[in-house]
Amino acid sequence: MDLTVLLVKGLIILIIFVITLTIAAYSTYGERKVAAFLQDRIGPNRAGPWGLLQPLADGGKMFFKEDFIPAQASKWLFILGPCLAMLTALMSSAVIPFGDTIRFGDYAIPVQAIEINIGVLYIFGVVSLGVYGVMVGGWASNNKFSLLGAIRAASQNISYEIALGLSLIAILMMTGSLSLRAIIDEQATFFEWNIFTQPLGFVIFLTCAFAECNRTPFDLPECETELVGGYHTEYSSMKLGFYLFAEYINMFVSSAFIAALYFGGFHYPFMSEISGALENSLGVIAGHNVATAIGIIMFFAKIFFFIFFFMWVRWTLPRFRYDQLMNLGWKTFIPLAILNVVITGAGLLYDFKYATWVIAITMIGMVIVSNARAPKREVVRPGVA
Amino acid sequence: MQLTNRSKQVSNKEMTLAEKMYLPAIISGLGITISHFFRKKPTIQYPEVKKYLGPIYRGHHILKRDEQGRERCTACGLCAVACPAEAISMVAAEREKGEETLYREEKYAAVYEINMLRCIFCGLCEEACPKQAVYLRHDRMVPVFQERDEVIYGKDRLVEKMDDRYIRANNSEVDTTPTEPSLTRAAT
Repeated sequence: MDLTVLLVKGLIILIIFVITLTIAAYSTYGERKVAAFLQDRIGPNRAGPWGLLQPLADGGKMFFKEDFIPAQASKWLFILGPCLAMLTALMSSAVIPFGDTIRFGDYAIPVQAIEINIGVLYIFGVVSLGVYGVMVGGWASNNKFSLLGAIRAASQNISYEIALGLSLIAILMMTGSLSLRAIIDEQATFFEWNIFTQPLGFVIFLTCAFAECNRTPFDLPECETELVGGYHTEYSSMKLGFYLFAEYINMFVSSAFIAALYFGGFHYPFMSEISGALENSLGVIAGHNVATAIGIIMFFAKIFFFIFFFMWVRWTLPRFRYDQLMNLGWKTFIPLAILNVVITGAGLLYDFKYATWVIAITMIGMVIVSNARAPKREVVRPGVA
Repeated sequence: MQLTNRSKQVSNKEMTLAEKMYLPAIISGLGITISHFFRKKPTIQYPEVKKYLGPIYRGHHILKRDEQGRERCTACGLCAVACPAEAISMVAAEREKGEETLYREEKYAAVYEINMLRCIFCGLCEEACPKQAVYLRHDRMVPVFQERDEVIYGKDRLVEKMDDRYIRANNSEVDTTPTEPSLTRAAT
């Protein structure tokens, strides 16, 4: 490999790393702003213009707090917990293709930290390692609430990973590749975006992503009302900061993953026309690079929308009860995901991509029929005896 | 007893399929929250923006002068008697020859002090005053004090300045109460 290629590659890795951290930091600010706006408040606005320095202030506060390790805790595991959470969260953004290629001279370098042909598998592996951070931390705290939180996290992640994987298999069947770039390239035209070919798979995947990120309505590992603070009850200072930070990085990565898998990644409608026009007017190399830049911007717009969606849902829905969570995961999502795989396969047999709409339409039909047949709910007027 | 007509009878009736799917309810819930996202926020950014608290707000005390700029207070002590917190104290003095332009009547308050830590801003002094000398102005608050010796306000800080006269405006168009003296006059 040439030195310049290596240099550009290193630069891309560095930039992706910095962008991940920045977005995670500003997600905390965004979360507070979105929460405030959804609740008719204004949110943080004291640190810097519009409160933009708030993440710095929060980080500074975290660093200056007392770093407390409980006397009965298993000390090294206690330290290892947040490190693992942070490490796995940062690793997973490595395979996400953020854009097409950058061209200079004879080289065409993909805007991606590493291009491996098992990208989806890699992300799955790293994400399932992520629960170790929570588990180790909760266990090492030597606290019943922390342990309960950790157990909840473990069982929840295991349950939802199955449905997550099964909903993905339908996409892998259609693409025939585990490479994220191949999956994105498959969705080059607008109506072949996987959201249109796999509507049910998308809903299952999105919900499971919420559960994997421990976000509301599935934030049972850290629900304050039942478990004090859940797995991070005993944590303070930057160790707690790492846990919270890892959660936001996971949110960013899963938003990117959803955007790449279901919303065409860096593709956007009329992309080939626009890049063709750019190459005609700016020359082949410059035009291609500008088109790549537009694609990257589109991809980040999609990611930001999903990060916003994560927050939007968090401040809308109440938390599931634990039995509801398990029922939903095992009795609803896994059968539906298997059905989705079967129907997709049957459609692919006849080279028809939109087969899973059959499930969606059937479900909507069933809802309408059951609503029509259900006895009208009596309007009880209290006070009129 | 029924207080509102918004109460709902809870039932354990089995959910319909649409309710079991959660999705319709989730979508309508998301719709409700996003409508709040774009709503105008009712927050008042307090230290920068201040709400107009009405013409009867009881704020900073002021010892009025009459139209010719003479102090109205005659040191009768009724305000001090009326004060439930015993925050007011005064020393009376007789007007000398040649001071007719300073004091309205033959007796005046040589010292007039209000302890702002004691004052509860009830306005009873204002009601007790027979000479319409003491008022609690509606447009200015007693500032926060940091030191104990800032607490007792003497005549230097209570008597109305001739270049900053206080008018109790009943002006509904004024919707903020700025603290700067220059802005106060513009607002009243």
